[in-house]
Amino acid sequence: MLYRESGQFKTTYAADQQLFPIRQDRYAIGLLLAVAFVVIPLFASSYWLTALLIPFLVFALATLGLNILTGYAGQLSLGTAAFMAVGAVAAYNFQLRIPGMPILVSFILGGLTAALIGIAFGLPSLRIKGFYLAVATLAAQFFIPWLLVKVSWFSNNSASGVITAQPIEILGFAFDSPPRKYLLVLTIVALMALAAKNMVRSSIGRAWMAVRDMDVAAEVIGIRIMRTKLIAFAVSSFYCGVAGALYAFAYLGSVEPDGFNLDLSFRILFMVIIGGAGSILGSFLGAAFITLLPIFLDVLLTEGAAALNLNLPSGMTSMAQLVVFGALIIFFLIVEPHGLARLWQILKEKLRLWPFPH
Amino acid sequence: MTSGPHPSPPPSVMGEGVHSPARRIGDTMLSVDNISLAFGGVKALTDISFDVREHEIRAIIGPNGAGKSSMLNCINGVYTPQQGRIRFDGQTFTSMDPHKAATMGIARTFQNIALFKGMSVLDNLMTGRNLKMRANLLAQAFYVGPNRREELEQREKVEQIIDFLQIESVRKVPVGRLPYGVQKRVELGRALAAEPRLLLLDEPMAGMNIEEKQDMCRFVLDVNDEFGTTIVLIEHDMGVVMDISDRVVVLDYGKKIGDGTPDEVRSNQAVIDAYLGVAH
Amino acid sequence: MQFFFEVLIGGLLAGVMYSLVALGFVLIYKASGVFNFAQGGMVFFAALTFVGLQEKTGMPFWVLIAATLAVMVVLGIVIERVVLRPLVNQPQITLFMATIGLAFFIEGLAQIIWGTEVRRLDLGLQDEPIGALMDQFGILVSKFDLIAALVAGILVAVLAVFFNKTRIGRALRAVADDHQAALAVGIPLKQIWAIVWSVAGFVALVAGLLWGARNGVQFALTFVALKALPVLILGGFESILGAIVGGLIIGAAEKLAEVYLGPHLGGGIEGWFAYMLALLFLLVRPEGLFGEKHIDRV
Ligand SMILES: Nc1ncnc2c1ncn2[C@@H]1O[C@H](COP(=O)(O)OP(=O)(O)OP(=O)(O)O)[C@@H](O)[C@H]1O
Ligand SMILES: [Mg+2]
Repeated sequence: MLYRESGQFKTTYAADQQLFPIRQDRYAIGLLLAVAFVVIPLFASSYWLTALLIPFLVFALATLGLNILTGYAGQLSLGTAAFMAVGAVAAYNFQLRIPGMPILVSFILGGLTAALIGIAFGLPSLRIKGFYLAVATLAAQFFIPWLLVKVSWFSNNSASGVITAQPIEILGFAFDSPPRKYLLVLTIVALMALAAKNMVRSSIGRAWMAVRDMDVAAEVIGIRIMRTKLIAFAVSSFYCGVAGALYAFAYLGSVEPDGFNLDLSFRILFMVIIGGAGSILGSFLGAAFITLLPIFLDVLLTEGAAALNLNLPSGMTSMAQLVVFGALIIFFLIVEPHGLARLWQILKEKLRLWPFPH
Repeated sequence: MTSGPHPSPPPSVMGEGVHSPARRIGDTMLSVDNISLAFGGVKALTDISFDVREHEIRAIIGPNGAGKSSMLNCINGVYTPQQGRIRFDGQTFTSMDPHKAATMGIARTFQNIALFKGMSVLDNLMTGRNLKMRANLLAQAFYVGPNRREELEQREKVEQIIDFLQIESVRKVPVGRLPYGVQKRVELGRALAAEPRLLLLDEPMAGMNIEEKQDMCRFVLDVNDEFGTTIVLIEHDMGVVMDISDRVVVLDYGKKIGDGTPDEVRSNQAVIDAYLGVAH
Repeated sequence: MQFFFEVLIGGLLAGVMYSLVALGFVLIYKASGVFNFAQGGMVFFAALTFVGLQEKTGMPFWVLIAATLAVMVVLGIVIERVVLRPLVNQPQITLFMATIGLAFFIEGLAQIIWGTEVRRLDLGLQDEPIGALMDQFGILVSKFDLIAALVAGILVAVLAVFFNKTRIGRALRAVADDHQAALAVGIPLKQIWAIVWSVAGFVALVAGLLWGARNGVQFALTFVALKALPVLILGGFESILGAIVGGLIIGAAEKLAEVYLGPHLGGGIEGWFAYMLALLFLLVRPEGLFGEKHIDRV
């Protein structure tokens, strides 16, 4: 009886169009934010913050970005990591080369740079569809990291293009400890998630989905396909770019362009698929799942091997990861193409009826 | 979903004397001149000309593969004809562009339902109003001022259409889950949401049972009556065509073989032959 | 000039190998509408199974080939059953993503079974210049490359004939054009798909052996498939001729660019050159070299 929407009648369209029309959802989100912003920074260990929560948030942001492009606008990209690299390197250079540049502005400019590059590589999407496009985005994936390594100006002449992110300071306040970095990342990610949610429930979001679901019909009702796709590429790359900047500045500290490889792009695609294509919540669920799974597998395998007195060959965990990831992707695509987000929704619907079966 | 009580009882679809005399058929609004279209070796349309007058219901009929859908596709720019031109509203086009057609007030439905499957009924209709929306990307991202206002205004307009088509109970349902007949209705709704001046309907009643057909006929007539929308309609059901249309174009193998009032067309020998399958 | 021809020939020979892998994609795509990203994984799986069996059992060459082929056919059929059949009628993009998952699965599985170390694969071919060409024209062409290209070329030709001239081939094409219609005229779809996946497994085996003998059997073999993707863009996913010509163009262009352009750009361009070439080409001719422009029916 806890999760009920009965009695909550909407008397205006404004009330019906709120972000969370059901009261219990609003409470739940409030609670979640309170935990994320207050409880976790107070009580979580550094390990939890730096090894789990910060990367989770950063990946969630990149997943949001790819989800906008692939889940909402229906354009598959295999170049996510490349756009993250652009964001990271651009933010680094804005910090490096413009004295007194506020760090947040650098992040935004990093995102905008990624957006521009995203538009350039999105241009083929105007003429090609589906996996043709996916192949085209692979061009970005292979070309951009190469360029970032080869042109040593980008990394201020460091070896193999490694960039070492500048310390984060906002208005004289240094974000130097794990809880502080976490709070910064959390704030940025929360705001951008809210913006994404708003976009997908406004006309641009509907245009994206229309292009995804039936492009001819979309064109016929006056949606400019080209513009809509390019905006999707731009917004998506902006999110990936900011995620890349945070990846460098708040998570790893120093990164090399080759770290933004095809594997990372795939990992983020998996987060979208498993979390739920076309779902904001799903982006978070998918990121959490894929971030935690390797750790869980590792523990399971080492413990399991120890218990059975087996000697696992080296590299077994990473092989097991490949197999499990692969199997999960296939499983979700066959059984629940809308991912964890859909499972969550089904659970809520069940809860709504509970304790009555129908 | 059967029809409930209707606001103003429409003329009986299947009965006699359908047209209310108040219907004000006006001047030529659209004219199609010498259109030819081929796909590789297949001649879908050969030298087709006809016109459509303001406020009328114009039917296009013909056997399967006659080129009816292709004709509509040329009118709103989905296909580009190799020859001929289209005049709409005093402007002449050798080929229409779908976006241009939409801004000029041409809307349509498709033979095979072309709804946005993953979206709710409400969102499908809201998408139909996209041309009325002005808020920029940032306003949308922060859901502030202009965007919020706009969303609410458009929502009200869309709700009127939802009422008109009597689909209130399914407004939040993803269209992919709706039965076929209702989907057809939603697609009409999406086209209406654009407040078109010219509505192109490609077999809006195909695959429907009698009751659903009657409902759909009423909606078409009501749209024509109440909003004054001009309608070009493709339909296979002769009863329906003869009942609701003002004039009929008949196509066969991409050629026009008849054009006139339902009565004229009915007595046209070429048309009779085409329908009875006389060898060419 | 001699040097130019040397590079060109080397490129064309490599291109034949690209064509071979690309053909694996085209076959599956034409018959089942699936763009099989796991083709590279299959190449790797085949090569690794071959050397693995060789190490474990020491069977003679042809027995090994037969055994590996059997494994590949079983793998192909299992993939068709478990992964693709449940996804029939899903959007192509979903199928594509499923094959990405499949690639991960196969690559992980292969290494769990056979281990992760790099292995040598000896086909008894020497990687040495061909004497006659060397003496006559002063052009250096590797014997290995030539024979590998010959094998690949023969296979490509056989498949092309199989597809265009035999009854099964025609059935395959009918299936590709229209699944429903093919069913209606009594073509056994499921059998056809099993055949196609087996053939793709065979192509993967040959490609795996040739590439594996060249570069060692290692994870990097999976990238061979990535090389085939630009070939497909160039040639079009549906055209066998396109795969062949596309492979040659990409092979030659890549080698030439590597030699003449690479030094000016600081090297390492083979990782992306083919892709950028394909991308530019796409902007000019999105339907590929031999693809036909078609207008979506509505
Ligand atoms: N996009 C296309 N590509 C190739 N051929 C097409 C295309 N669209 C239509 N055709 C061909 O053009 C001809 C006319 O087709 P069209 O769909 O206009 O017929 P129709 O009168 O609407 O038939 P139906 O009553 O079956 O809907 C047919 O031969 C069809 O195969
Ligand atoms: Mg038609």
